[in-house]
Amino acid sequence: GQPLGILDGIPVAVKDNFNTAGIETTCASNMLKGYISPYNATVVQKLLDQGAVLLGKTNLDEFAMGSGSTDGVFGPVRNPWSYSRQYKEKNPSKSPSENEDSEWVITGGSSGGSAAAVSSFTCFAALGSDTGGSTRNPAAHCGVVGLKPTYGLISRHGLIPLVNSMDVPGILTRCVDDAAVVLGLLAGHDPKDSTTVQDTFKPFELPDSIDVRKLCIGIPKEYNVPGLSSEIQALWSKAAELFKDAGAEVIEVSLPHTPYSIVCYHVLCTAEVASNMARFDGLEYGHRADMKQSTESMYAATRREGFNDVVRGRILSGNYFLLKENYENYFVKAQKVRRLIANDFVKVFGSGVDILLTPTTLSDAAPYVEFIKEDNRTRSAQDDILTQAANMAGLPAISVPAALSKRGLPLGLQFIGRSFQEKQLLTVAKWFEKQVKFPVIQLEDMKSHDCSGFPHQKSVSSL
Amino acid sequence: LVSWVPVVGLEIHAQISSNSKLFSGSQVQFAAPPNSLVSFFDASLPGTLPVLNRRCVEAAVMTGLALNCSINKKSLFDRKHYFYADLPAGYQITQQRVPIAVNGSLSYSFCIDNKMSQMVTKTVRIKQIQLEQDSGKSLHDDARSQTLVDLNRAGVGLMEVVMEPDMCCGEEAAAAVRELQLILQTIGSSQAIMAEGQLRVDANVSVHHPGEPYGVRTEVKNINSIRFLAKAVDYEIQRQIEELENGGTILNETRAFDSKLGCTISMRDKEGKQDYRFMPEPNLPPLILYDAKSLPANMNHQQVVNIDWIRERLPDLPSVKRAKLVELYGILPEHSFTLLNEDGLAEYFENVIKHTQMKPKKVIGWILNDLLSYLKEHACEVKDSPVSSFLLADLLNLLERKEISSSAAKQVFEELWKGEGKTPLEIVKEKQLELLQDQEELEQICQAVIDRQEDEVGAGMLG
Repeated sequence: GQPLGILDGIPVAVKDNFNTAGIETTCASNMLKGYISPYNATVVQKLLDQGAVLLGKTNLDEFAMGSGSTDGVFGPVRNPWSYSRQYKEKNPSKSPSENEDSEWVITGGSSGGSAAAVSSFTCFAALGSDTGGSTRNPAAHCGVVGLKPTYGLISRHGLIPLVNSMDVPGILTRCVDDAAVVLGLLAGHDPKDSTTVQDTFKPFELPDSIDVRKLCIGIPKEYNVPGLSSEIQALWSKAAELFKDAGAEVIEVSLPHTPYSIVCYHVLCTAEVASNMARFDGLEYGHRADMKQSTESMYAATRREGFNDVVRGRILSGNYFLLKENYENYFVKAQKVRRLIANDFVKVFGSGVDILLTPTTLSDAAPYVEFIKEDNRTRSAQDDILTQAANMAGLPAISVPAALSKRGLPLGLQFIGRSFQEKQLLTVAKWFEKQVKFPVIQLEDMKSHDCSGFPHQKSVSSL
Repeated sequence: LVSWVPVVGLEIHAQISSNSKLFSGSQVQFAAPPNSLVSFFDASLPGTLPVLNRRCVEAAVMTGLALNCSINKKSLFDRKHYFYADLPAGYQITQQRVPIAVNGSLSYSFCIDNKMSQMVTKTVRIKQIQLEQDSGKSLHDDARSQTLVDLNRAGVGLMEVVMEPDMCCGEEAAAAVRELQLILQTIGSSQAIMAEGQLRVDANVSVHHPGEPYGVRTEVKNINSIRFLAKAVDYEIQRQIEELENGGTILNETRAFDSKLGCTISMRDKEGKQDYRFMPEPNLPPLILYDAKSLPANMNHQQVVNIDWIRERLPDLPSVKRAKLVELYGILPEHSFTLLNEDGLAEYFENVIKHTQMKPKKVIGWILNDLLSYLKEHACEVKDSPVSSFLLADLLNLLERKEISSSAAKQVFEELWKGEGKTPLEIVKEKQLELLQDQEELEQICQAVIDRQEDEVGAGMLG
């Protein structure tokens, strides 16, 4: 017969906060355990229409709240690189029994399951979501490409929302060309999502030979944050040099409101969360507590039982910020700061800069036992700092694997582009990817392969 | 006795007459089987998004224009949060910050002391009109300690019309609502049938001494007819006056009208005042409307809502219709009110005029006295009248041509009412009600009658 489309027969994975008809959709929460969705998210439908094969739903932080993929009811996600020869060589186990349980590292989050799925060769592409960095962060930690498209480019219909004004479906693939292919299939206006733009999207192919001489790369100085590992700092500088040597203009720029983005994000995110989670009351679907005293008591018990502490904490904060007496001082203020943050980018892009180059994460992936020493809120505040401004401004951004760390784990770098200029963004990302030749993960049980001959390097469309 | 000034404002919710709901495609229908008209969005299934219904926007614009409002070319949607079983999402989408129409007015008239001859015309200011979702319905089953929830109504479009506290008594409130009802029915934006819940009225009532500031107001709910509205308002005014004259205070509370007892009862909330935590609706962009001036040249008029286009197509409002009736037919203004107050009566009247030689000023008497009282007595609507306008016209023609007397005409009318299918002429012949034109024949009959009377008188005197 005829192939259904470009992805016919290609295995894909989908983060479990996307609705999949007839398939359990849990958001890694007790609230939706056993919830069989009756419809497909638009992006899922588009993949299926192309003939993609859905391998499974991937694990995440509960309701996408977190930066480690450690706080879901199905347990934490383990980074496949924990089991790679590269990591094991750099971290010889102290004793055979300790190895498996204490050394493994996190994937980052919240789309950790999707990143791990792509990273471990179980599928060619996976859908994640990105609200503050949830696609780019695990992409960097898992050594895969993570694309956050411009807000309004890809439909959110069927994506269970965290922050409606910042969420986007994210794309995780092994190479930039694949990301462009998937983007081409998913982008475009959806009448079911009133926040998608009306303009027709033209899918594109990336050129094989790219000339960066006409480009101006901006290096935002505020992204050199305390806590940024020296390794990543060095990598970042090296990348800037790479562009300079190739003839691009590389300049330092300023996004002065960057330091305020964490608190701003916290207010706006929790407020929207409080609102979005209000529908989970056990009445129409999902978990319902066995409490029959009154509707209120049923609601209270259901929500206490269904949500983890992270979700409940954000709901309480969000409701606080939305109280009449607090609304002006918190919510409206945060909206104004958000505008300032977005304007920082407008100014910089308006002054001749084409693409911004920044780190994606502060360091390589932490061991799980280290990561859980701090709570979710602390970790999120630390880890989101380099990625969330792009969500505030609605801009497209991509994390590209750049090199391995001293510990043998992936390090990624981030490119941020102009609104709806994904073609330029991905072109630059592809050029960078070609320069750095990031190594293939060598998983223990797999036969060893030549880097250059591995299908990983070729685009999906050439298969 | 110190005088009191009662102050009455109204909040009216009118269900929009449309095929589908405000933000989803499910059907709008009264008395359908429970939960048979519920889309995924209406049930608040996670991941669903609102899509604005164009017809609802047009209905609101029509209503705004009919009420002399300024139409806001840009209006916004907000979320109003509270937990209740019939509100699946835990919030209602409404327009709290910038509604679709503001600053209008409504003129209404009523008779003083129920005398048709003394009509008073007043104006009430319309503060605003906003689009919002209706909630579902809950039925409390105390016997089984359960609540049954029907979401058919959840998400149906409503226009909330806010009338400023310019009214002073139940009669005024009732007259204002009656006029609003007629306007809505005339322009077709709502069928406004109170009995079917398509028009719901809440009254805000307070009293104060002349020259002093407004008193504390109460909100009266659960008013199911225009008649009960007048009663509820008047009762509440009286209650407040008595309370204050006895040294008590008025609480700012919600009270329910009990139609059986004819009084208002406190609905005291255990938690006190609600904080609705208003927040902008992030899934709906601002609603932009155009007029002839602002409409971009290349835009397809099918894709936008053009205020001027709608204004041009508005039908004659009741006030205009009444004025035309008065001018055309020389009837009294109060007659025109009655004609428009009964569904179909004005059309009936005009049809009779068309088919009879009798002058309108005389026809109106038959319509308002004879026809209307029969209709009322038999609780019959104009459209179900056994006496059609054609039949009545025939009857009036007989009268006009002096073929029957007016008392005979009334007898014929009574016969016609039986609806046995006979024409007026047939009834006249049957009952020999023809007026005798022959003088001599008349004299013979009279003489015969007198002769009979004399016999009787004689018989009486003897006995």
